[in-house]
Amino acid sequence: MKPKEFALSLGLTEEEYGRIQKGLGREPNENELGMFSVMWSEHCSYKNTRRELKKFPTTGPAVLVKAGEENAGVVDAGDGLALAFKIESHNHPSAVEPFQGAATGVGGILRDIFTMGARPVAFMDSLRFGRPEAKGEAGKRTRSLIKGVVEGISHYGNCVGVPTVGGELVLDPAYEGNPLVNVFCLGTLRHDQIRRGAAKGVGNPVFYVGAKTGRDGLAGAAFASRDLTEESKADRPAVQVGDPFVGKLLFEACLELYARPDLVVGVQDMGAAGLTCSTCETASRGGSGIEIELDKVPQRETGMTPYETLLSESQERMLIIVHKGREKELKEIFARWGLDAAEIGHVTETGRVVVKQSGKVVADVPARLLADDAPVYERGAKVPAKLAERQKLDLKKILPAKPRVKEDLLKLARSPATGSRRWIWNQYDHMVGLRTVVRPGGDAAVLRIEKPGGGWVHVAMTLDGNGRWCAQDPREGSKALVAEACRNLACAGAVPLGLTDNLNYGNPHDPEIFWQLREGVEGMAEACRAFDLPVTGGNVSLYNQSPAGPIHPTPVVGVVGKVEEGVKLVSGVFGPGGGVILLLGKSESGGLGASLYLQEVHGQIAGRPAAADLESEKKLHRLMRSVLKESGIRAAHDVGEGGILWALAEMTFGPESAGAEADFPHGSGERAEEVLFGEGGGRILLEVDEAAVANIERLAKEAGVGCRLIGKTGGRTLRVKCAGEDVSWEVEELRGMFEGSLPRALES
Amino acid sequence: MRFAVVQFPGSNCDQDCVHALRVLGQEPRIVWHQETAIHPDEGVILPGGFSYGDYLRCGAIARFSPIMQAVKAAAERGQVVVGICNGFQILCEAGLLPGALTRNEGLHFRCETTFLRVENPASRFTSHYITGQTLGIPIAHGEGCYRAEPSVLQALEANQQILFRYCDAEGRVTREANPNGSSLNIAGIRNVRGNVLGMMPHPERCCEAEMGGTDGRGILLGAAGIGRPI
Repeated sequence: MKPKEFALSLGLTEEEYGRIQKGLGREPNENELGMFSVMWSEHCSYKNTRRELKKFPTTGPAVLVKAGEENAGVVDAGDGLALAFKIESHNHPSAVEPFQGAATGVGGILRDIFTMGARPVAFMDSLRFGRPEAKGEAGKRTRSLIKGVVEGISHYGNCVGVPTVGGELVLDPAYEGNPLVNVFCLGTLRHDQIRRGAAKGVGNPVFYVGAKTGRDGLAGAAFASRDLTEESKADRPAVQVGDPFVGKLLFEACLELYARPDLVVGVQDMGAAGLTCSTCETASRGGSGIEIELDKVPQRETGMTPYETLLSESQERMLIIVHKGREKELKEIFARWGLDAAEIGHVTETGRVVVKQSGKVVADVPARLLADDAPVYERGAKVPAKLAERQKLDLKKILPAKPRVKEDLLKLARSPATGSRRWIWNQYDHMVGLRTVVRPGGDAAVLRIEKPGGGWVHVAMTLDGNGRWCAQDPREGSKALVAEACRNLACAGAVPLGLTDNLNYGNPHDPEIFWQLREGVEGMAEACRAFDLPVTGGNVSLYNQSPAGPIHPTPVVGVVGKVEEGVKLVSGVFGPGGGVILLLGKSESGGLGASLYLQEVHGQIAGRPAAADLESEKKLHRLMRSVLKESGIRAAHDVGEGGILWALAEMTFGPESAGAEADFPHGSGERAEEVLFGEGGGRILLEVDEAAVANIERLAKEAGVGCRLIGKTGGRTLRVKCAGEDVSWEVEELRGMFEGSLPRALES
Repeated sequence: MRFAVVQFPGSNCDQDCVHALRVLGQEPRIVWHQETAIHPDEGVILPGGFSYGDYLRCGAIARFSPIMQAVKAAAERGQVVVGICNGFQILCEAGLLPGALTRNEGLHFRCETTFLRVENPASRFTSHYITGQTLGIPIAHGEGCYRAEPSVLQALEANQQILFRYCDAEGRVTREANPNGSSLNIAGIRNVRGNVLGMMPHPERCCEAEMGGTDGRGILLGAAGIGRPI
């Protein structure tokens, strides 16, 4: 095959081929083309999204390592403590090989974090699938995907001893052909422990450490930058195989190595695009070159070609550059942990990545051309033709003449879409490390982190996404999900420090998809600016579509915050009764547009999501944090999907929770369903001591935030009055449905 | 008495054990798996995790490590040895405790707080409790289903070697309260001599109120030979 034909077969365009030719000043060989095809894939180069990503605010007083600089962003948590965190997707691999796909997703994000010098202390996962209760093949496939992914995450996360403390699971037919598996990891370190991925100091040795290289995961980054099709199954070799045991040894060995003074120059993990990516990125960052010999790379298969060695995505490998003369120390540490450590090359001043095999040069490419000079595209964007139609909402046509609130809530409670995720997080070790203060199942997870000088800092974190909102209005939906994530943190008394985002969209060559992406980025950027929240990094996953069509546009955000001094953490569920229920925030709901209620109860996705009022959200969050410093607060829960009635019901689902009685006022002409199931509007439910009410009302008034007494807790029923309706449910019955819906759907 | 906490490659509760012991006023020593000595005045903790990746069978490779020869010798001398989770699996593989831990009945890994009924307070490990007391202690394992020959189970009963059984919040030992299908709801046992304890639940995870409870303190204090506070 001629070089150009080969380039096209690898997914490079003619224009890109020309750019490579020009950059090299000659025809590229096959190895070089392989390297370009992965480094210039969307996964590695962000060539389709770079212009958009520039719209995010990325600076702030707490930012220590900015988005895009290194493997993960790092923020300051005070007292010399820093937090490294990032989210990454493993959507395509999980679709074809759920167990290994998800497991290596966990392993990959883990490496991104410890590459920064941080000890990984928590995982969260954001998962999206089709409906497990669907009939026939579709349901069967979805069930096996869910089980495989959860088992993969559990396998890797549990074994490396890092707790999985939270996340989300969304079940929607839009993800049937293309599930989403987004994995988040957080690590802790001191400011002076931050590591950089730069190759500096001519003559310094370049080490390869960790697992041996095999043929697995060949060109996985390029595979992730294509649509999923029927033929994708043939791409199984592009899915890597993970070994969490080696992953654990690798990070312990690396952390031990970093602790030696003045030993390490630069570190880079070998994730997507393996050896190719790690050499050209470290050289490019260091303004240097690297020369390596492939014969020295530890290999677990024989007869691997340079092409295969360069593009393998075998897991649990790192590239480490140390000061010359310190080689022995590195080798000793890795030998103690039973890991390979091979000196495969050295740093040069040429600015080029030179790869040799059997003494012959098999690739010679300017590092910068490969790492940073991928083309940047301005994609066409167009409002989806059917959007206006989809945004129309005629409730008269959808809702029955007389409200059926009783049946509606039962329907929600029975749905696996709303059900308890206990089946999932019980399979994750969420306690190892003795840091998990608030366990999974609530609004945000809270960890205690030891300060460098002793004592604890409490850190709250949450993952949020809402594809349905974003499908109906990508800009407002994206704003609203950032607001929701910050609200979750506020319920744990935390001030957000930084945000990591995973942009999951369809094929960017489709202008309608690109419009969704652009609107989403702009909406998120606006919300981040409003909350003074820097974006510290993340991941873009495009081409999430199957023959059935694209997924909902699904940005997922991970927000990390610091719990304020003086905050007393409270439960998300009611106590044994005798409390008063307050509603903080706006008194009206945001309406039923794009609501979970319409989808689950009436089978429709229609209308626009409630627009987030960012200024009042900010006031609400500030108030919530100060309320948690007062006494007499029993429980707090944010109102999200399913509206205020579902939030109230969830608060009765604790093992010792009492029932509740609440009276919801309604506006004229407003239907009970709109009040009870409408989403948005920036609201939080509180359970407090009766004696605390006056104080909270005063604080709310000072803060300019609504505060309304809507009921009390007690008894064993949930009773709600609204717009002439007076309905009650047995809490035990609802709780049984809530706890049972997901396991039942998975067993069907 | 001081504790030596053994660190195998793949151990991941070693630091948690060290932390919990410090909370209880102890200053333990971390011992690498290739070391060969346990001091005569030391107790041993084999922590949870996935020693050597748990390839082959849980704990099956760890028992061949150099440190395990020293641990066996220490146990034979009557020194205290506590195996938690993977540590319990290693003790069974090493023959220091009878029986074996197999895949959970539901096949899934399970992490949650379980209730344990204290069966025999006439043991150093349970001296802080009374018979029938219910403790809330977390489990986190995929292979914690205790199995042994009927004759072994009979002997365990007869010798009062069963220290903890899974129960419900009210202390009833029921099938529903058994998270992994263990025979006789066994959560923890001791050897005949009374110096070796193996248990699947993690007492080190509940020694501080902020971690969700302090019911595990008594087990570690008892192991350390520190008597029950009056």
